[in-house]
Amino acid sequence: MNATVARLTARSLLAGRRAVLLTALPVVLLVLAVVARALGADDDLAVTLLGGFALATLVPLLGLIAGTGSIGPEIDDGSIVYLLSKPLSRDTIVVTKLLVAVAVVTVFGALPTLVAGVVLTGELGALALGYALAAAVAGAAYCALFVLLAVLTRNAVVIGLVYALVWETVVGQFVPGAQALSVQQWSLALAGPVLGDTGRELGVTAAVGGSVGVALLLAVALAATFVAGRRLRTIRLTSDL
Amino acid sequence: MSVLELAQVSRWFGNVVAVNDVTMTIGPGVTGLLGPNGAGKSTLINLMGGFLAPSAGTVTLDGEPVWRNEQVYRRIGLVPEREAMYDGVSGWDFVLANARLHQLPDPEAAARRALDVVEMTAAADRGVATYSKGMKQRVKMATALVHDPPVLLLDEPFNGMDPRQRLQLVELLRTMGEAGRTVLFSSHILEEVEVLASSIQVVVAGRHAASGSFHAIRQLMTERPHQYTVRSGDDRALAAAVMAQGSVSSVELAVPEGAATGARDGTTALRVQATDRSGFVRALPRLASDHGIRLYEVTPADESLESVFAYLVER
Repeated sequence: MNATVARLTARSLLAGRRAVLLTALPVVLLVLAVVARALGADDDLAVTLLGGFALATLVPLLGLIAGTGSIGPEIDDGSIVYLLSKPLSRDTIVVTKLLVAVAVVTVFGALPTLVAGVVLTGELGALALGYALAAAVAGAAYCALFVLLAVLTRNAVVIGLVYALVWETVVGQFVPGAQALSVQQWSLALAGPVLGDTGRELGVTAAVGGSVGVALLLAVALAATFVAGRRLRTIRLTSDL
Repeated sequence: MSVLELAQVSRWFGNVVAVNDVTMTIGPGVTGLLGPNGAGKSTLINLMGGFLAPSAGTVTLDGEPVWRNEQVYRRIGLVPEREAMYDGVSGWDFVLANARLHQLPDPEAAARRALDVVEMTAAADRGVATYSKGMKQRVKMATALVHDPPVLLLDEPFNGMDPRQRLQLVELLRTMGEAGRTVLFSSHILEEVEVLASSIQVVVAGRHAASGSFHAIRQLMTERPHQYTVRSGDDRALAAAVMAQGSVSSVELAVPEGAATGARDGTTALRVQATDRSGFVRALPRLASDHGIRLYEVTPADESLESVFAYLVER
């Protein structure tokens, strides 16, 4: 972790259009929660909103914006050369950028999920806490994947968008079998004990067991971070010959 | 005193050979890396700066490989050609961030000194996005100088600068070179290299074409065969007279594109290849006068830098 890299990353991540998107998405969630509550929401609606929108759509999109945004634009415009031409290990650069992205997704994704859960259920109970935890760990895993994607390809945003919307939102929710390969399902599995009986009664189940979910989340996040660090050591900065 | 050494370095991208078997040593003082656009100068600088792996050969700084060696950046300052910086920050913040990234003991003092050297202290509080091209170039210089490196690599530093900014940068780089730093800058403009570099490395089409002082390179360029296009009142007679004297290796009667067809004998121009340029230039008016031929035009045909480079490669 390097404080200067973190500061520079946070500064560019929280500026311009990216900041607008990062703010707009959780605002939509909170507005929906308030409206639903005003119309007399029950726990089923809370599960639909927290699981179907917050965890399945909001968090992957925020992970995409923060993960790719933490390093992709610098690679695209070449300004990453100012980090790479320093006596800093590439792993430090990648890990720092990842941590900043995770912090951003926690603040703009997991925290609003918690607040929306409280608004929808009227209490700081199993649903609010469980989905907030799932959102936090899923957000971290998405960030790791999308940081890697941004280091690997200049088309990270497009590929990431297809992954976030098609795989995680549609396949991850509705296609059995494929669900076992969804970050969303792994994080739900991890949050299973927190969701507890309330979750089970409402039919909130994960496609994988708790320990498998934790193992897969860790494996994907660590492997993605490791590969991103390796790749950054050999990244080509210029297209000119 | 630091020395960069490239030993039989090649770099290819797929089927394209960008740098082809280059061996050169860059020592203290200012060295100009001269070559036309697309010659492989940026690739060479990226290789020297440790941003590209050589496909073959080795690049070392004081005997230490630069590739995959992050510690080498304690001794290298790099001024990239691209302008992108962290636009949301001020010049001061940006240079200070670079000092901190180098983990210097007193980053504030280092940033102040670097901004002072490039004469950007007064504008340091402004956002880098508001800077002119020359100011950006100077702030880039400050980031490269902030850790006081013995080696400075600059990729096309004069691009887009106005004459006053150019002069400032020339002075700055000259001072650095005189202080014993190893300064290497790339350029495709002969005059830039001429005013600044004590040593020149010429690259053309990825190959190391020549090296030495500006005088030595200029000599090579002057001694090459020169082509002239000559239009006269009687090209055929002039061709015979010119060919008869020793400074010329070939004469061709030619019809230049778009030229006026004014010559009496139907041809329109002579293409003369002179082996001794000054001999030919002195002899031509005398020959024309002796034979009563009027000279309409004498144009050196291949004075472009590309043709000079091409000659150096073929040599």
